[in-house]
Amino acid sequence: MNAAAVHTQPVILAGALGDAGSKLGQTVEALAVFFAIALIVFYAAGRATGRFHRPLAITVLLGPALVLLAVGLVIPAVRTIYLSLRSDDSSSFVGITNFTWAFGNGSIQQDLLNTLLWILVAPFVATGLGLAIAVLVDRMKSQAVYKSLIFLPMAISFVGASIIWKFVYDYRGPGLPQDGLLSQTVIALGWHNPPNWILSHPLNNFLLMVIMIWVQTGFAMVVLSAAIKAIPEDIIDAAKVDGARGLAMARRVTLPMIRNTLIVVLTTVMIITLKLFDIIRTMTGGNFGTNVLANEMYSQSFVEFNYGRGSALAVILFIGVLPLVAYNIRQLRRERAIR
Amino acid sequence: MSTPAQVVAPAAVVSQPAAKAVRRSFSSPVASLLVVLLTIMWTVPTFGLLVTSFRPAGQVATTGWWTVFLHPSFTFSNYHEVLFSGASLGVSDGLLPYFVNSLAITIPATLFPLAIAAAAAYTLAWVKFKGSDALFFFIFALQVVPLQMALLPLLQLFSGGAHIGSVTIFPNLNLGGTYVPLWTAHTMFALPLAIFLLHNFIAQIPRDLIEAGLVDGASHFRVFRTIVLPLSAPALASFAIFQFLWVWNDLLVALTFAGGSGRAPITARLAQLTGSFGGRWQLLTAGAFIAIVVPMAVFFSLQRFFVRGLLAGSVKG
Repeated sequence: MNAAAVHTQPVILAGALGDAGSKLGQTVEALAVFFAIALIVFYAAGRATGRFHRPLAITVLLGPALVLLAVGLVIPAVRTIYLSLRSDDSSSFVGITNFTWAFGNGSIQQDLLNTLLWILVAPFVATGLGLAIAVLVDRMKSQAVYKSLIFLPMAISFVGASIIWKFVYDYRGPGLPQDGLLSQTVIALGWHNPPNWILSHPLNNFLLMVIMIWVQTGFAMVVLSAAIKAIPEDIIDAAKVDGARGLAMARRVTLPMIRNTLIVVLTTVMIITLKLFDIIRTMTGGNFGTNVLANEMYSQSFVEFNYGRGSALAVILFIGVLPLVAYNIRQLRRERAIR
Repeated sequence: MSTPAQVVAPAAVVSQPAAKAVRRSFSSPVASLLVVLLTIMWTVPTFGLLVTSFRPAGQVATTGWWTVFLHPSFTFSNYHEVLFSGASLGVSDGLLPYFVNSLAITIPATLFPLAIAAAAAYTLAWVKFKGSDALFFFIFALQVVPLQMALLPLLQLFSGGAHIGSVTIFPNLNLGGTYVPLWTAHTMFALPLAIFLLHNFIAQIPRDLIEAGLVDGASHFRVFRTIVLPLSAPALASFAIFQFLWVWNDLLVALTFAGGSGRAPITARLAQLTGSFGGRWQLLTAGAFIAIVVPMAVFFSLQRFFVRGLLAGSVKG
């Protein structure tokens, strides 16, 4: 740090703190206004008695949520379907042209193919690894430590995770000392000229999937581990009397008992994978043959301003997610009904 | 019990012998070794990021972070540079303003949906009216709508208002350059899940407690505030933590509603900067660590709530 930098430092710091103060001030103000209005409305509406009380309570308590849901989700979803049937500047009706474009355009076909590849690989590997760790860790001492560390990536944003892995995959030309862990590892293993990982298609798709797997394995592990611990004691005992041990126990008793949980974990990770956006955006911006549906939807809508095409891609995404979410919701409702 | 939202609960009540039986039946040192190896593999990338963020620029440029064990040398200057002096990054300012943005976005975007959803959940659970159950299921089912379906129309609404022909139904409020679009969008997107989770909890409050309050002449508002809210604290906390992390870690909503503006949160800024930082890994790693330190702190200090909230919210989005 040179002398000039030291000299300007307090000025920058003061400016930054002033800016922070005013921003947080606005935030506190917004919170104060919100809760003050809520309190006043509550107090005023609470004074109403008799036959006005119930309808008033319903309106005041439920109204805001319904308005926000209508404006924020219901109307926009319907409008996106409408926009998907219109031209890119929304001026004319074009039927299913945007959809035939999506399935006919070579580059979008590649995106759809990549998305399919992601769904077929990442969720299964993450769930499989999560299951393996859940089973293996179950009898270990201080398992909480291992579980915490494997679950930790779940707390990190996909952006943060992407930067962590971008560093692992970093590449330097031959002859230079490598700073990426992956290059260094393969060199140590005897592969002298590793490729520039992130540019190597189709390998780069799988390298990006590693990030998703790294994050989601912990999720799968925690959920499945809880399911394993919830298997009733008498079933385990009966299996043991019958001589089940180790792998046989895992295959014949543990797996069938947690089958439903396994499917829910798998569909949940599939939903997250289908909507994958952050990793692609941060790692490659969709270049080098790594683009996926959700990222292309963002680019079409908010970079190229092709509203028709972007909306069509959003609708395709919706149709892809629909059966998975519907399955999870049905499952959730069935559990409620049982309880 | 097979759904993410619920599997956590039974784990706590399962009897110890069962767990022990499973444990014994799988015993093997190979398995332990595998777990230890996997844990190391899972941790090393993050550790490399942390180490690099404390290394001097000259060394980061010439050697890998693992050499630090042979030649330890650490500095705080990366953090200083990345937070305060943007000039050396080729950008107008450091990351501090964006870190502040993240706080300014996340706190209201957590508390607004919490309050609105709690009120709605109480009404749907205890002030039953014709169609209230159907309405609850409809709100719950709204979770199938992916964010992507709502982004474009919502952005158009925020930036231009809503019109049918020449009639303005919703005025253009000129909210560009404020946090309001971000708060509102996050609140809207959070509601289906929040209402569902809080409803499940609030509906299980003993009927006697609610009715005792109403019989005493208290209004629904008073019952909600003095009985329901305090009793729902665990559910409120779980959802608050989930929502806090969701908003803090979000990129899609942030890019759409704040884009490259001065109101963008740190995730959006970092995603933008990954390209322009070039080979200056000591700065990018420091920036990334600043962004992930908040959720990591939440994770380690509130792990129990964190897991519960995260599992419950795993289908969101």
